[in-house]
Amino acid sequence: MIRRALAPVVHWVAGHPVISIIAFFAAFPFLVPYKSLATQVLVYGLFALGFNLLYGYTGLLSFGHAAYWGLGAYGTGIALAKLKLGSLWLAIAMGLASAVIGGAVVGFFCLRRRGIYFAMLTLAFSQVFYFAAFHLADITGGDDGLRGIPQLALGLFGYQVSLASPLAFYYFALAWVALAVAGLKRVLDSPFGAVLLAIRENSDRASACGYDVNRVKLVSFVFSALITGLAGSLDALRLTVVPVESLYWSTSGQPVIMTLLGGAGTFFGPFVGAATFLVLADRLSLFIEWWQLVVGLVFMAFVLFLPRGIWGTFLGGLGVR
Amino acid sequence: MIDVSLQALAAQAFTGLVLGGILVLLAIGLSLIFGLMAVVNFAHGSLYMLGAYFGFFVLGLTRSYWAALILAPIMVGIVGLVIERFLMRPLYGRSPDDALLLTFGLSFVLIEAVKLVWGKMGLTFDPPKAFAGAMNLGFMSFPVYRLFILAVTIVVLVALWFFLEKTNVGLIVRAGTRDPLMVRALGIDLGRIWWLVFGLGVAMAGLAGVLAGPLRGVYADMGLEMIIESFVVVVVGGMGSLPGAIVAGLLIGEVVSLTTFFAPKLAEIVVFLVMALVLLVRPSGLFGEAGLAE
Repeated sequence: MIRRALAPVVHWVAGHPVISIIAFFAAFPFLVPYKSLATQVLVYGLFALGFNLLYGYTGLLSFGHAAYWGLGAYGTGIALAKLKLGSLWLAIAMGLASAVIGGAVVGFFCLRRRGIYFAMLTLAFSQVFYFAAFHLADITGGDDGLRGIPQLALGLFGYQVSLASPLAFYYFALAWVALAVAGLKRVLDSPFGAVLLAIRENSDRASACGYDVNRVKLVSFVFSALITGLAGSLDALRLTVVPVESLYWSTSGQPVIMTLLGGAGTFFGPFVGAATFLVLADRLSLFIEWWQLVVGLVFMAFVLFLPRGIWGTFLGGLGVR
Repeated sequence: MIDVSLQALAAQAFTGLVLGGILVLLAIGLSLIFGLMAVVNFAHGSLYMLGAYFGFFVLGLTRSYWAALILAPIMVGIVGLVIERFLMRPLYGRSPDDALLLTFGLSFVLIEAVKLVWGKMGLTFDPPKAFAGAMNLGFMSFPVYRLFILAVTIVVLVALWFFLEKTNVGLIVRAGTRDPLMVRALGIDLGRIWWLVFGLGVAMAGLAGVLAGPLRGVYADMGLEMIIESFVVVVVGGMGSLPGAIVAGLLIGEVVSLTTFFAPKLAEIVVFLVMALVLLVRPSGLFGEAGLAE
């Protein structure tokens, strides 16, 4: 009964991800214990969304997405704190440009190999950025992280919009998320998106059909780095510091865990996963010191028993594809 | 003046050989498991760490370094057998990415579990008294314990070679790496071989951990750096190739050690530059066969 009533609604939601995500996240800050947690979910959801484009839709498991997250964060942070740029737009653009260039270079190398090799290569190359940031202390702040990122007001059609209140920043981030989600939806619905899925299912066959598989993968890789860099850039603005650990490979594990929890290859999976992970971590860490152990065990259980994740299993249970 | 720096250089090269030995032990375990089962064990670094902690535990219990050296790898191997039986086996037949993801989760569970049992602070694991001090090699003096690590590595490699080349089980392992379907068709239960090889590969990571403990300190995150370097070794040497793991392990050990000598800040990065270079020139690695695990 419930299933019959719910299925069409969920079907509509799954078919209209942009409107649904905006509607849900517009109300989200009022559903969680505090506003900054809501922003964190949004930013990490975007991080996982970028990862999911590569893993869930192109079938490439990257363990190095900390690189583009960190490049986005440092790009924006350095623009504001070191170059003293006066425009938030320019600072974000610098973060995005760094992530895209980094993604193109790393993607060129890593896409020379497939499968498990690819995962290990992305992981290894991301460490280069970590060590570079660690040693270039003059530019990046080194071990202490990049500090002193000012909270600028947003110049919008001649007005100066303050982002100082947590809620204002949240909706600022939501606007970016909506843009990214709409862009991703557009790409996945295009013929190019169909080629991505073809590569995920069988890259040899896609290649035999005459598609330049490596070029398509590289474009997907760079687009994924762009979304991830946007998330990193927003995170730098949210925290006003960039810790050097944001480039460390354990950061690359975050979107992996979130995407797998939520459901790889689904539009909402990354956000469901980010919300589950962060709210769980937030609540658990109040009571137990070893909450990471619990999160690790939950993650393993999902890989073993629920490989489609929360949202994917939910859709499957309702018979919605 | 030149004499002194030459001596320092030789000492540094020897240190690289020792680091290389530990990397070889780790990479051979990874490569052995990968070659047979097409599984990358992300938890390899955490099992290396577990080896060091188990060694510390046995040492505290028995006061015998030899007991620690022998028992800790066996204990880690048993943990490996349990992991293969209950966690890896359900994933066979699924995408190899799933095994990577599972062992990724496992590596963090092991780290957190160790922090829960032994605390978050690192431990000091003193090298045994018998190996304290330095030995005069004629042209330079070198810590005895490091020479001992090299000796153990060589003994283990010879034993592994003997096992793979001269025993019946080794023959099946080699055949299973080449053509698992054919081995099955001959009526051999490969599942048990996989189980044993996983335990063996993991035990070698445990051995590397006990050996490295007194050298590099024992702490819960000690495997996080090593797993990346072992991945690099395996990629450079060629996935699934044992000679590749040995050559690349020693190469990377030397590269790290010598760059530390000349330009300490570059030491961590040069490793990845070597890897990028190898990928450009020989994408399948120095000893790798193209097309494996793709």
